[in-house]
Amino acid sequence: MVPISYYLILSGILFACGVTGFLIKRNIISIFMSIELMLNGVNLSFVAFAAQWHALSGQIFVFFVMVVAAAEAAVGLAIIISVYRTRETLNVDQVDLLKL
Amino acid sequence: MVHLILFLVFGAVCVAGAVNLLAQRHPINSALSLVVVMGSLAVEYLLLGAEFVAAVQVIVYAGAVMVLFVFVIMLLNAGVEERTKGSRVALLFGVPGMLIGSVLIGWVLIERTGNPMVPAGALPGAPKVIGWLLFHDFLLPFEVTSILVLIAIMGAVVLASHPDTEQKEKEG
Amino acid sequence: MTPNLHLWLIPVLPLLGAAINGLVGKKFSRQAVVSVALLFSGAAFALVLSVAARFSTLSTPHLEFLATWIRAGSFQADFAFYLDQLSLIMLLVVTGVGFLIHIYSVGYMWEEAGFYRFFAYLNLFMFFMLTLVLSSNYLLMFVGWEGVGLASYLLIGFWFTKDSAASAGKKAFIVNRVGDFGFLIALFLLIKHFGSLNFETVFQGVSPMSPETGGAGLLTAIGLLLMVGAAGKSAQIPLYVWLPDAMEGPTPVSALIHAATMVTAGVYMVARSHVIFDRAPSALTVVAIIGTLTALFAATIGIAQTDIKKVLAYSTISQLGYMFMACGVAAYSAGVFHLMTHAFFKGLLFLAAGSVIHAVGGEQDMRRMGGLKEHIPWTFWTMTAATFAIAGFPPFAGFFSKDEILFRAAQVSLVYWGIGVFTAFLTSFYMFRLWFMTFFGTYRGTEPAGEGHGGHDAHGHDEHGHGGIHESPKVMLAPLVVLAVLSLVGGWVGSARFEKFLSPVFNAAVVTPAAEAAEHGSEMLFTGISVFAAALGLYLAWLFYYRRPELPQQIASGLGGLYEAVVHKYYVDELYANLFVKPLIAGSSLILWHGIDRDVIDATLDNSAHGANEVSDSFRHMQSGNLRSYAGWVAAGAAVVIAYMIWMGTR
Repeated sequence: MVPISYYLILSGILFACGVTGFLIKRNIISIFMSIELMLNGVNLSFVAFAAQWHALSGQIFVFFVMVVAAAEAAVGLAIIISVYRTRETLNVDQVDLLKL
Repeated sequence: MVHLILFLVFGAVCVAGAVNLLAQRHPINSALSLVVVMGSLAVEYLLLGAEFVAAVQVIVYAGAVMVLFVFVIMLLNAGVEERTKGSRVALLFGVPGMLIGSVLIGWVLIERTGNPMVPAGALPGAPKVIGWLLFHDFLLPFEVTSILVLIAIMGAVVLASHPDTEQKEKEG
Repeated sequence: MTPNLHLWLIPVLPLLGAAINGLVGKKFSRQAVVSVALLFSGAAFALVLSVAARFSTLSTPHLEFLATWIRAGSFQADFAFYLDQLSLIMLLVVTGVGFLIHIYSVGYMWEEAGFYRFFAYLNLFMFFMLTLVLSSNYLLMFVGWEGVGLASYLLIGFWFTKDSAASAGKKAFIVNRVGDFGFLIALFLLIKHFGSLNFETVFQGVSPMSPETGGAGLLTAIGLLLMVGAAGKSAQIPLYVWLPDAMEGPTPVSALIHAATMVTAGVYMVARSHVIFDRAPSALTVVAIIGTLTALFAATIGIAQTDIKKVLAYSTISQLGYMFMACGVAAYSAGVFHLMTHAFFKGLLFLAAGSVIHAVGGEQDMRRMGGLKEHIPWTFWTMTAATFAIAGFPPFAGFFSKDEILFRAAQVSLVYWGIGVFTAFLTSFYMFRLWFMTFFGTYRGTEPAGEGHGGHDAHGHDEHGHGGIHESPKVMLAPLVVLAVLSLVGGWVGSARFEKFLSPVFNAAVVTPAAEAAEHGSEMLFTGISVFAAALGLYLAWLFYYRRPELPQQIASGLGGLYEAVVHKYYVDELYANLFVKPLIAGSSLILWHGIDRDVIDATLDNSAHGANEVSDSFRHMQSGNLRSYAGWVAAGAAVVIAYMIWMGTR
């Protein structure tokens, strides 16, 4: 018997780590992985709430999140590859051509 | 009791993996830590009774997506991160903002919704049940998602294809 | 049943002429322009003559209503016309002399550029002057008042490419404006206290009021302010400074506007408002004092001037002073009589001076004239008639009118009379000085050559063809002859009959006119003295400028500084420049231009634009292209939104 708040706190910690990673990391792949971490944290909270409210739609939603995350990972990595081809670098600080 | 111990142990592994992802300088180390996180999350899902989700987590997330990540890291020969001058804003505003936001949300969620106990295996999410929901109540999103995946595949192929092969395809 | 005389046609006909000439005259031939101008002004004159012929059948005052103009609450002012004996005399003078001068201008301005413009402006002037004279309320009169000022500006600055002419036009308009300010305040007071500006209403409102012998009061204020306006328009002290400068304009303009008609508008206005002045004795006294002083002052300046037109200008100012002196002693009909005779002889003097200038090819300095008697006989004889008229020799016109004024002035105070007689002596002196210097003796100027007179810019006749000193063409001489005849016979109507004619207008005067018969004896004495003064002036002029021409120079050097002051017009222009113009320009530049326009208004706009620039420049740095800073902003923003939503939820 675990209070639901424990799951939520864990989910929050994972999400916070994901955001921090996005802000701190310089390698674009690492940033991408932080995004995946955020998504995972959110998935956990979905499942936790599904358990609390006895609503299976929470788990269905997690299913869809995973599918979309997978698609997004595929496309995002393809973009990273093509960026790498043009810019020759994976450092996100050096890809700042869109500045004013 | 056992539920609590299991939760705490795998929760700690999860957090440790997440922190390690932040701390590592080489992306391959971060990727492996992420795999650890996903694995322990799968256990957490099982503790909540979401069997199908746990299985999908391991198969799709840890198994396919992370493998893709590792492929790309090795393809691009990503090295150790260099220390470049980043943005002050990110550290100055972003991290505190994020912290404040998370704390606020957490406080609201816990304060407002009471704090009910959840037994282990509270909501059995057997594949049969999930499947029934997917193909009856959530049919439309299911189909749309499959199309989305198709488009993603096409996009990824186009984006990642080698420029030379494109040229040859045009000429040939 | 009052017959409809269509009085509105009298001003409108010249307006049509002005419009036609002004709008399409540029494409016309000179003959066409002339025909249009003469047709319309002549038609106005003919109409006035027909009105005069029927005048005895009318009941006065004859009012005609043309159209509604202003109806604002209880105040109304309309396009309405007022005809009585006073306006009839003014009409005859304005249209008659005006028409003659139109004819003269045909010859004088024939070779000028901008021919059509000149006649358009002349007709425009006629329109405004006739509106002024015919209007039945002060507001329409003010429209005419301002309009003649405008026409005067346009005509003085006719050769606007010349700096001095343009400045003279501006000076005239601006100084007039100062007078108009006084006039306007008077109008405001009239509206406030009598609720209307119609002559009938105002005069009926004023009549029951008792004279303000105390020296101050509403009517005194109104009277003084009206006098300010009249001083501006009729060139009295202290607003006379524009009239000598106005000689920059063509000579027919000086004749029409600055001798015969516009400058008399002030006298007309004071005479028209006699109901008010009669009940404000201190205002009347001020009028008389201003008139007398101006007459003397201008005459003293006139004796030292060397430009023929400037002498006549100061003479005009002086004679206007006489008219105001007359009004100031409540002898309004005498003032109007002098106005009429003055229009004849002063108009003639200016036109003849124009003829002289034309003859010597543009020279205006009398020191370079002389001995022109044989060369230009017609001009000489007509100018002689005018000179004797203005000096006040019987039986010429000026004698009758000036004599009446002096006599009536003597009955109020011998001081007025004394100054008036002395001024008459000065008038005679400087007019005969002009006469001798111009026509007698030997010719002192350079003989104008066959072609290319290279003359005075003011005259502007460059290609002239005929050489030598020549008489003017007949079209210029005919008006001279007509005016000379009028200068001779114009006074024969006699001041007594004149006064009787005007008595329905002025009989509401509280100050009773003196009985003629009882004073006959002293009148003869005064008359004799003024004729003697005129003769003395003639003798001295003959002595100084014919017999012994070296005398003036000796006397001038003997008087030294005083003479210099007179030649420089007592430095009044310099005084005004330092007192008013320079501080105004300095204030305008420093305070209004630099201080407010540049440093406040422009600075506000520039600084706000600059500030907007700075603000957006500082915001620009948000768009750094750096992914992580964007993420930072997103996280911070998300925190804010979440906090807000929580706060809203907990309220």
